[in-house]
Amino acid sequence: MADQEPWSRERAAAIIAAEAGREGAALPILHALQAEFGFVPREAIPMIAAALNITRAEMHGVVTFYHDFRDHAPGRHVLRLCRAEACQAMGGDALGAYARDCLGVDWHGTTADGAVTLEPVFCLGLCAIGPAGMLDGKPLGRLDVAGVDAALADAV
Amino acid sequence: MSTRIYVPRDAAALALGADAVAAALADADVQIVRTGSRGLFWLEPMVEVATAGGRVAYGPVRATDVPALLAAGMLRGGDHALRLGRPEKLPFLAKQTRVTFARCGVIDPLSIEDYRAHGGGVGLAKARELGPAVTIAEVTESGLRGRGGAGFPTGIKWKTTADAPGERKYIVCNADEGDSGTYADRMLMEGDPFALIEGMAIAGFATGAGKGYVYTRSEYPHAIATFDAALKIARREGLLGDGFDIEQRVGAGAYVCGEETSLLESLEGKRGQVRAKPPLPAHHGLFGMPTVVNNVISLASVPAILAQGAAHYKAMGFGRSRGTMPIQLAGNVRHGGLFEAGFGLTLGEIVSEIGGGTASGRPVRAVQVGGPLGAYFPPALFDTPFDYESFAAKDGLIGHGGVVVFDDTVDMVRQARFAMEFCTVESCGKCTPCRIGSVRGQEVIDKIMAGTNVDKNLALLTDLCHTMKFGSLCALGGFIPYPVMSALTHFPEDFRRPLHRAAA
Repeated sequence: MADQEPWSRERAAAIIAAEAGREGAALPILHALQAEFGFVPREAIPMIAAALNITRAEMHGVVTFYHDFRDHAPGRHVLRLCRAEACQAMGGDALGAYARDCLGVDWHGTTADGAVTLEPVFCLGLCAIGPAGMLDGKPLGRLDVAGVDAALADAV
Repeated sequence: MSTRIYVPRDAAALALGADAVAAALADADVQIVRTGSRGLFWLEPMVEVATAGGRVAYGPVRATDVPALLAAGMLRGGDHALRLGRPEKLPFLAKQTRVTFARCGVIDPLSIEDYRAHGGGVGLAKARELGPAVTIAEVTESGLRGRGGAGFPTGIKWKTTADAPGERKYIVCNADEGDSGTYADRMLMEGDPFALIEGMAIAGFATGAGKGYVYTRSEYPHAIATFDAALKIARREGLLGDGFDIEQRVGAGAYVCGEETSLLESLEGKRGQVRAKPPLPAHHGLFGMPTVVNNVISLASVPAILAQGAAHYKAMGFGRSRGTMPIQLAGNVRHGGLFEAGFGLTLGEIVSEIGGGTASGRPVRAVQVGGPLGAYFPPALFDTPFDYESFAAKDGLIGHGGVVVFDDTVDMVRQARFAMEFCTVESCGKCTPCRIGSVRGQEVIDKIMAGTNVDKNLALLTDLCHTMKFGSLCALGGFIPYPVMSALTHFPEDFRRPLHRAAA
């Protein structure tokens, strides 16, 4: 999650302009903004609305509908743990509780030092090797307490 | 000449250390080919060595095992505790009928030469030879039904789109595989992406569509990367072109976007809220144009159907469910993996014989089939054949083919509560039964768990499920009653143990 850029109106405008010509451009624009800044900055919403010729309210509705789009910066690392049934069957709930306990945050929370954001995810398609997770896009399988500890140690 | 050695790059294999294994092997005199997964996840990372007598598999291999394996003569197929022998002879693979997944785990997913050497491209060539109308007739004749879960005949969907007037038409591939316990789409897009591209090209040719979209869920970064790379190669190599192109779009974490009309809204750049049907997407789909919306597996099955003929595909299966289904074993199961076979195996055969029972070694108590909207089945229903109609007759669904096994430590009232909770998080909010019903359902189950007016609240829950089932606009609110009511019907004792729970 490193290398995320600070807000820049010019940069945002360039990203929006690069994607706005596509059919149904909203999601590609939002993904591109989040890849650049780590989240979708509030200042970008009216800019996207103007580019797509829709109201700011409509654009706000789109951004807030999707779980992926953050309205503030995440920690330096993002640990996602699967909360879905296949991982539950392998003890995923207890592991989620352990991670929240270790980090001292609830789901979606970021540790006080800004190192780790903990996010729930409903299925990573790693259902035969649960409990599963993902650290900064790197898949993790057969997680246990030691596995979470190792992932968190990597993230500091 | 250096030995060719196959190391999977499937996300699940990577999660178990496949990259470290490949790195450890890189120092030896070998040519490493990264493949998809064969889908035997308890053996991943499963490494295969090309020998004069065919491939020899080893697994599960950790990077630390590599020196000993090399010392044991692995590069000549030498003996070792991790040696599995010929992969095709492993019972889990030998018992399968691999049609859609024939190449997955075997070839380099981004080698068009490998793809063609293993039968790729024949289906599209056949379609061009047959012409659009006969191609659609073949798909219809094969009996292929939508593998995303709804089971609608694919050929009829194509015919409707082909016949619908429209200035342009679309092929939309639903790769928003959100059901827990399913990973077939992910495996295919990572292990044999050209099969999906070819299937979509055939669909485009048959229906007169010029553009295809693949809507892939953001939780699958490896599938997204592999598929995008495959698209570039397909354009260069002529698998795409000739009036048809494909673009991949990435979802944003909304489960409901796996519902076809919600997916179309999302592709249009809107909130992923479901549309009322009719009009059908085949008449009035993406941007109001006639649109085929098919699941990854439905589309990826088409090239083989055309290459081998409809009759060959139709000959496999059971009842009105024809052809093969990739069953995905998941959760607390000893042999978790992808098992492609003709419809008709019983649930008991799947869980006990193929899956080998639970991973924990404890007795199986419940099996959820068909994802978070699927019913929980007790072992008493293990004689149910795996096909669309038989599961519907037992108040369940096969969905996208996920089979999630739970041992006897599962608390079914908690699973019922989770279903409602999931629906509160994922409801698109358009219809009241789903948006409000799921919140109320969660509250009622909380009261039942606390032991408050249990009889009255169970009656209320049953009534609420009835309302959600018949009053919701789409399958999210409409099917959430399946896991809830099946838990209550088959495991009523779990709904009447408040003291036990308070002590836990």
